[in-house]
Amino acid sequence: MDDLKNIQLSGYLRSDGRKGIRNIVVIAYLVECVHFVADEIASYFKRQPVHVIGFSGCYPNAHADKVMNALCTHPNVGAVLLLSLGCESFNKKRIIETIIDTNRPVTLITAQQAGGTKAVIKEGKQWVNEVLRQLEKQTKVPMSLNELVVGTICGGSDATSGITANPAVGRAFDKLVKAGFAVMFEETGEMIGLENHMAKRAVTKELGTVLYNAVVKAAKYYSIMGHGSFAPGNADGGLTTIEEKSMGAYSKGGHSPITGLLKPGDIPRHGGLYLLDVVPDGEPMFGFPNINDSAEISELMACGCHIILFTTGRGSIVGSAVSPVIKICANPETYGRMKDDMDINAGKILLNEATLEDIANEIIEKIVVVANGAATCSEELGHREFVLSYKRFEPAGPACLS
Amino acid sequence: MKSLHKNIIQLHEKDNVVVVVVTLQPGDTININGNGITISSSLGIGHKLALRDISKGEHILKYGIAIGRASEDIEAGMHVHTHNMKSDYIPTYTLN
Repeated sequence: MDDLKNIQLSGYLRSDGRKGIRNIVVIAYLVECVHFVADEIASYFKRQPVHVIGFSGCYPNAHADKVMNALCTHPNVGAVLLLSLGCESFNKKRIIETIIDTNRPVTLITAQQAGGTKAVIKEGKQWVNEVLRQLEKQTKVPMSLNELVVGTICGGSDATSGITANPAVGRAFDKLVKAGFAVMFEETGEMIGLENHMAKRAVTKELGTVLYNAVVKAAKYYSIMGHGSFAPGNADGGLTTIEEKSMGAYSKGGHSPITGLLKPGDIPRHGGLYLLDVVPDGEPMFGFPNINDSAEISELMACGCHIILFTTGRGSIVGSAVSPVIKICANPETYGRMKDDMDINAGKILLNEATLEDIANEIIEKIVVVANGAATCSEELGHREFVLSYKRFEPAGPACLS
Repeated sequence: MKSLHKNIIQLHEKDNVVVVVVTLQPGDTININGNGITISSSLGIGHKLALRDISKGEHILKYGIAIGRASEDIEAGMHVHTHNMKSDYIPTYTLN
């Protein structure tokens, strides 16, 4: 396998120096009331890179604000159509200024001013058509493979996840970190039982304490919720306890030292392995930390992830708006039933048809072709899920980033 | 990680459970510690079988670490799951 440091691609240069591997027009609804019109506009552009994201809530929320701002200025995003009803709390002045500052084409349509549903759809469609023509003319610049930020998540896990796909991602992560990539893993609720082990991997003692506390926070939070980060399907798939699921999940991060802790919307400043803390701070205010897998993907993307490595045992089918999802199937039986949705078959390890090392290399090869423009299975099938809920966070403290 | 048999894997030498790697049907036999065990109900990939006798209260070891405790006495070859094992942290909810 080529030295990863030397692999060159091309990407779309953004004003902050980051480069995108896609050039997407995002239609961002700033309250649920304009979600329908966002979808209607997007429906005219089904096979083109026009993705809908948004925040449903009418009440204000600093976390949602931070994530939406981060996603509208994500390296994979070329232009933004903001949709407002007119009376919602979302700070539309701030988000449009943030986007303007990045020299991206942006416009805001407010339904109550524009004249309602038909007017918004007509105006929105016209704007998207024009901006797509503009973006098509945009040239790419040289990009080093290790400028990519890669995140990982597991969903629909069963006991094979922790034996095949997750350790394979861990191995791939180890190689990526050595080549200078910034990579990240999350779901501290799935590190319960491993807080000491993880703290020892921190690059500073202070960070070790922060990582330890993040897991303790997660254990307390889920205990109050009454549910661990554990779905009935996990048990059907052979996982019995959260500690068991943790061991499997934890292996996705690999063995590199941990360089920092991020909160959603924090962008890593240099390469290394990062833990994304998705569990809110303080007493539970808004319910479960992440109501589904897509909510976790939104937060990984808000931290700058260009690509998501998604491992699954039972068979997740989701993709995502904004960043391509590479689906890695841990279970050979699941792969046999759902191969159209799976980019990589890590289940081969259980059949003695491949080693962890083989699958890790397949994952990296897939990252290269996807970064070069090849569609993942979920992109090809049209999946563009997006979920963003209310949360409350304290900012990441000084010990969090080295 | 070693294959004790083509149907099961022991992930770590300290483990007292093994993981099933092909779906097992009632009547299938596998070899655990020199004993032939006959499977009595179907077991999906990923489920655990006891590698040796485990007493109530004893830790279940997988990946070389404790993943919970036996909630009753378990015999070698028995299915180990929510009916005879529980978390040291948070209860497990299942589809019932």
